[in-house]
Amino acid sequence: MATDSLHNFEQVLAPTPFHPRIEKLCRVKNWTSWNGYQTARVYDTLASEYFAIRSSCSIMDLTPMEKYRITGPDALKFLNRLVVRDISKLRVNRVTYVLWCNDDGKVLDDGTIFCLKEGEYRLCSQHHQLDWLMISALGMDVTIVEETHDVAALSVQGPTACSILTETGIEGLAALKPFQIMHTRLNGFDLTVSRTGYTGDLGYELWTDPDNALPLWDAIFAVKEHGLYDLRPIGLDALEMVRIEAGFIMPGDDFNTAETTIRADHDRSPFELGMGWVVSFDKSYFTGKRALLKEQAEPIKRRLVKLAVEGNKSPTDSFLYDAKGGRRIGTIKRNIWSPIIKANLTTADIEYTRGKAPKEIWAEIYYQKELEWRATWAKCRISDKPFWQHPRRSATPPLPH
Amino acid sequence: MTRAQSVIIVGAGHNGLVCANYLARAGLEVQVLEARETVGGAASTINFGDGYRVSGLAHILHSLSPRVIKDLGLLDTGLNPGPSIDTISLDLAGNHLRLGTNEVSGEDLTTEDINAYGTFKHEFLSYVKALEPLMMNKPPRLKDMDLKDKFTLARLGWKLRFGLGGDSMAEFLRVGGINIYDVLNEVFEDERIKGAIAADAVIGHHMGPRTPTTVLTYLLRLRGELDGSQTIPPGGMGEVSNVLSKSATKAGAKIRTSTRVRQIIVVNGKTQGVELESGEQISADIVVSNADAKTTFLDLVGAPELDAMFAHRIHTSRTRGDVAKIHLALNGLPEITGLTQEQLGQRLLIAPSMRYVEHAFNHAKYGEYSDNPVLEITIPSIGDPELCPPGHHVMSVCASFAPYSLKNGWRDQDKEAFLGKVIDLIGQYAKGFRNQILTTQILTPVDIETDYGITGGHWHHGEMAIDQSFMMRPVHGSAQYDTPIEGLFLCGACAHPGGGVTGVPGHNAAQRILSMSEN
Repeated sequence: MATDSLHNFEQVLAPTPFHPRIEKLCRVKNWTSWNGYQTARVYDTLASEYFAIRSSCSIMDLTPMEKYRITGPDALKFLNRLVVRDISKLRVNRVTYVLWCNDDGKVLDDGTIFCLKEGEYRLCSQHHQLDWLMISALGMDVTIVEETHDVAALSVQGPTACSILTETGIEGLAALKPFQIMHTRLNGFDLTVSRTGYTGDLGYELWTDPDNALPLWDAIFAVKEHGLYDLRPIGLDALEMVRIEAGFIMPGDDFNTAETTIRADHDRSPFELGMGWVVSFDKSYFTGKRALLKEQAEPIKRRLVKLAVEGNKSPTDSFLYDAKGGRRIGTIKRNIWSPIIKANLTTADIEYTRGKAPKEIWAEIYYQKELEWRATWAKCRISDKPFWQHPRRSATPPLPH
Repeated sequence: MTRAQSVIIVGAGHNGLVCANYLARAGLEVQVLEARETVGGAASTINFGDGYRVSGLAHILHSLSPRVIKDLGLLDTGLNPGPSIDTISLDLAGNHLRLGTNEVSGEDLTTEDINAYGTFKHEFLSYVKALEPLMMNKPPRLKDMDLKDKFTLARLGWKLRFGLGGDSMAEFLRVGGINIYDVLNEVFEDERIKGAIAADAVIGHHMGPRTPTTVLTYLLRLRGELDGSQTIPPGGMGEVSNVLSKSATKAGAKIRTSTRVRQIIVVNGKTQGVELESGEQISADIVVSNADAKTTFLDLVGAPELDAMFAHRIHTSRTRGDVAKIHLALNGLPEITGLTQEQLGQRLLIAPSMRYVEHAFNHAKYGEYSDNPVLEITIPSIGDPELCPPGHHVMSVCASFAPYSLKNGWRDQDKEAFLGKVIDLIGQYAKGFRNQILTTQILTPVDIETDYGITGGHWHHGEMAIDQSFMMRPVHGSAQYDTPIEGLFLCGACAHPGGGVTGVPGHNAAQRILSMSEN
């Protein structure tokens, strides 16, 4: 066996196929681990990356996302038993959002299912799920292959995303509808494009063999070099801002995933995450169905909510109360300052009483003024809809910019 | 659950029949479906050779619950358990031991060991008594207990603390989770006594005397002695099942043999009946499975109808059998030096020391059969000459260890070789034994799986180690006879309190079904 095929223990974080380019562009060297890959949190400044997503175009390395290829005669049956959503009507070249639960109806992870061709699926997930997939495959004729490391992926998001990729040489993009997949060729290699993303804006995800990673990157950046459009690589911190604006949940950050939960009641059901709309009871049995049916019959006890906090003080990790100095009813999970909405936007876990949200919610905020700690109260408001929605997300063909 | 009317019981093993009996007596419409031609399952009498009959798998009654016998009036229906027998541990030098419930005898035993045996059995039987509240009830859940669970736990606590007394309870808590090897070394000097008790602790399991929790398996086995001694029923174990079957029929249950169930029908998480191999569908409010947990959940229900982790737990429960059943037709009574005919009619054991038993088990760990197996031998034709032609005898042997997963699988030559080892071993004690043999039959765990439909050919439908006992039998999530599938229940040895021809799982399952159906 050649030594280069052995795991290199000196290398704590693995480079993605795009690393040779990313390494040069990441000026502040703010790296973190995403599923073991060396991933940028910030390239240069957070603000410029954020505004690239919202005002021009952003590009992000998506390779570390967990990817599984699901095939075999029982592939659809397997997936439908795995996830809470009914995916029996998922057509070829379509993508759908899913989440899946353990026996107790508590969420293990969320992700997307791509129907790449008849009977062939790709499951993308936030966390490593292979063992759970294998456990769920008992008694079914299905093949599960982890392909995280065998597919290079880029996310290109923002108002000018379609224009830039069209300029790159990808044809037929304008007709691609949200959650649709397209198999095409670019500069002589195979490329799969899906109109999917995590930003709530117009955007595409590009999937190809790792050998094509650098040619793909260079082809896209050539458009920027020609001076037609701006394009910036973005890190995880900018993504965190836009995903909270767009109302997407993040397993492991917004709530503890069931697999990693030890203490009773620290895991969350789809209903408790406000994701009840993906639960389909009128399909064949899926893991957690019995528990979820039981839960649904009772008033909901707590919810993960989209919570806007008044004022300009950052409510990081704040406790929440039902009145100023009242009873503690929850905590802020993640928070950002939204430059586009000009507000503190958060995800928060709060207790419901008799199935109802508290009438008032107050955050107790600790903040510093020149290294001196102070405390204040800020009123909060639950948002039922995503904080930020734009018609660009769903318009086909994409809106002019 | 609304009041149920119709019940299907899958499998007419003794537990299925006991359960059918109780449910029919409670006024439910009960149908028992048995795949084999005869009732009884592992407690049946079979023919082998020409004119020889013997108990098919279980060959010693050890022992049917007195409550079941009384409730079902089995003595009036003709139950004949047969005379009590002792265990005789064979010794190559002819210094055999006779081990009864309370005393041991042997010419060269020391007074210390004789006294220690009495004390040991008394102490251990008192532990079994203390555990009794757990036995005739559903095992209590530790989370979300109902009133009955709390009551069971309270009684258990009371029995342990005040039934046993402080010192005995402390000793019980010390030994309860450890291995029998260490305990016996503390108590006895004589290797033969230790070997015989150790063999009892591991028989039917994938365990050696040094395996942790073999004290528990010994206690579970000892429970048979609490209700009286072991017996060999005349006509074989099939007669016991016939009485149960007769009694169930009298109570109104219908029993269909040669009727194999292909599938338990589940719609929206509820059972609606069964589908037979013939394609016929029979609907019922309740389906009770006498089959083992893997057969029930993975074959008859199907993993996709279950939560993934529950199905996984069932799938990974340990169910690989380790005992081969051997039947021998003999042209006369074997001659074992120092044993009278009366003594030959007892339960004969070849387990001369704990090391011997442990070494026999060592092979099983590595997918081999024992070079020197542990044997439990009965010659039922001594008590019941009608089992074979006059002057002839039948011998029934449980040979450990013969692992289900033999390294190269059980080929014919492996069966021959293992059978040869067993015969040679008996031959060391009985001169001219090989020449007395007219016909042989060997059932490996693989054959038992095929013939009797028991996954892994496991004696107890799954190891009775501490992690697969009580509120975790067969796995947590279905340990109170009800299952995640509404209307589907377990009543076989895979359910609490486990294997042995006791009728207790069948009794407990019936009580559970009736109490759930009343609420």
